[in-house]
Amino acid sequence: MYQYDSYDQAMVDTRVEEFRDQTRRRLEGKLTEAQFTPMRLKNGLYLQLHAYMLRVAVPYGTLNSRQMHALADIADKYDRGYGHFTTRQNIQYNWIKLEEAPDLLADLAKVEMHAIQTSGNCIRNISSDHFAGAAADELVDPRPYAELLRQWSSFHPEFNALPRKFKIAVIASDTDRAAMRLHDIGIQIVKNDAGELGTAFYVGGGMGRTPMIAPCIRDFVPLDQLVSYSEACLRVYNRYGRRDNKYKARIKILVHELGAEEYTRQVEEEFAHLLDQGIEPPIAELERIRTCFADPAFGDGARSVDRSDPDFALWVDRNTVRHKHDAYVSAVISLKPVGGIPGDASAAQMHLMAELAKEYSFDELRVMHTQNIVLPHVKIADLHALWTRLDADGLGAPNLDTIEDIIACPGLDYCSLANARSIPVAQKISERFAANGKTEALGELKLKISGCINACGHHHAGHIGILGVDRKGIENYQLLLGGSEAEDCSLGKITGPGFSEDGIVDAVETAADVYLRERAKGERFLDTYRRIGIEPFKEALYG
Amino acid sequence: MKLLTGNDLKSGAVVWWTGHDWSLHIEDAVNAGDRADEIAQREEAARRVNGPYAVDAEQREGKARPLHIKERIRALGPTVRPDLTLKPADPDHRDWVI
Ligand code: SF4
Repeated sequence: MYQYDSYDQAMVDTRVEEFRDQTRRRLEGKLTEAQFTPMRLKNGLYLQLHAYMLRVAVPYGTLNSRQMHALADIADKYDRGYGHFTTRQNIQYNWIKLEEAPDLLADLAKVEMHAIQTSGNCIRNISSDHFAGAAADELVDPRPYAELLRQWSSFHPEFNALPRKFKIAVIASDTDRAAMRLHDIGIQIVKNDAGELGTAFYVGGGMGRTPMIAPCIRDFVPLDQLVSYSEACLRVYNRYGRRDNKYKARIKILVHELGAEEYTRQVEEEFAHLLDQGIEPPIAELERIRTCFADPAFGDGARSVDRSDPDFALWVDRNTVRHKHDAYVSAVISLKPVGGIPGDASAAQMHLMAELAKEYSFDELRVMHTQNIVLPHVKIADLHALWTRLDADGLGAPNLDTIEDIIACPGLDYCSLANARSIPVAQKISERFAANGKTEALGELKLKISGCINACGHHHAGHIGILGVDRKGIENYQLLLGGSEAEDCSLGKITGPGFSEDGIVDAVETAADVYLRERAKGERFLDTYRRIGIEPFKEALYG
Repeated sequence: MKLLTGNDLKSGAVVWWTGHDWSLHIEDAVNAGDRADEIAQREEAARRVNGPYAVDAEQREGKARPLHIKERIRALGPTVRPDLTLKPADPDHRDWVI
């Protein structure tokens, strides 16, 4: 894992003291709310529905046990005993007091964490594959490159006031587990015909009110030009992005309006200019970063488990993923118990996950954008012991990638931008399918719920998506089908008129039943939808 | 009727205008009527509240109830965590919100 050097630590510590001073001035009335708001947002502090909300960055979703313990302590000390893991691999606290926020940030800094650039029109936390460094199918660990970009983008003076927020994802396998093409920039580490590593750049993707899938604008940028090419992409956006209209200010609109070809031409021109400037960091820095991500000392061991306990066997089948080392797997801790709040974890659960990471996963955890937690390197021989402890504390739900593994944004229960509640819908759907026993038969079915058009719950990219809307003060839910944020990326289509809170639960079951009726052998929900189209679903829903 | 609401500057807690002060409890809220803007400006300038604004409400069973669900959720707390609301022991509060 990356470890701060003295520069990193000094930057974060200085920022804490700066924010302490800003907060003091706000509380003394020397700053107005209008003056203070951009300052607190740059430090991840929002004013939400019930209180201040703090979003803490988890760079590329990687944590060690010390950090997870610290997050749990913060939940107890400054919040109400829990935190919410988000679809950008971060964690949010919902009940923060402004007067305590500087102390909280100081506690975070002690474990090499911060909330810088988790809000505002700047480059946000870089996200990545939650199985990075463990996945059997990756070319290399993408995190050193994500870390390099984190350093480049942190406090980058030129990109501190972009037209709009900016999100980057980095992956290193053909299987996309990071919704890479739905980011402002998606970077895939690839190999060219000569066997050299480089990066493919996908620019102009995003969700929100105008969802778009990023086109590939260059299929190979040498690794030692990664920062220069990223800078070129940002420069063109910073220069021509639509500052006149908030709803058209994301890079996806610029790429769409200019056309990918013209945008690329301008990027290439800027890139050529930047290559002359020599802005690329020295290769020694990348090497230094890379050493932080060296493989742990994997040992040998059993390749299979004793399946005599059916509950354990089910959990192994559903929640463990192949590892690059045969004696290991990546184990997913579901934060989606039946009827639970997707992504929420209590302080006690965070402490437990931290302990288990220390004991069973070389001290590492990952936050998934699907709001679960990964122990990336678990010995197969240790799985039963691990599962026993998870299950005892309500963390053993065997539901990865099933209809019960729902992504849901905070929605109207917490978010001031929301039109409708997301969480109760997720709770009702998971309860419905746990009760009707269809989860197993449905197999992989990704259901995603957003409480408004901002799409933090990735509803456009759900095999089944749900969007909460406001119908004259009454919550209403639109159903979308056919989205995917994986390598077969697609955007869901709205089926028709929306549903009430209970109606949407019935509608999801109706859509699931159409799939069960129509599916061909081996087809997932998404495959069947793509083969038969939306009409049979519409017929069943509204016919 | 118009209620005046905002957040406490230090804690961020949702507060309601009582006619002379700010309260955590919507039961204490009074109709600010057409003085809402004037009160909001004065109170914000004095840092007794952060970001005040007026919301439409009705009287129901003698109590003020905001017309929009968002304000009702603000008033009591998240519907999915009754334990964290202002009325953790009141099973009827959900009916008031939804
Ligand atoms: S999608 Fe909308 S309701 Fe949900 S968290 Fe984002 S802004 Fe809030």
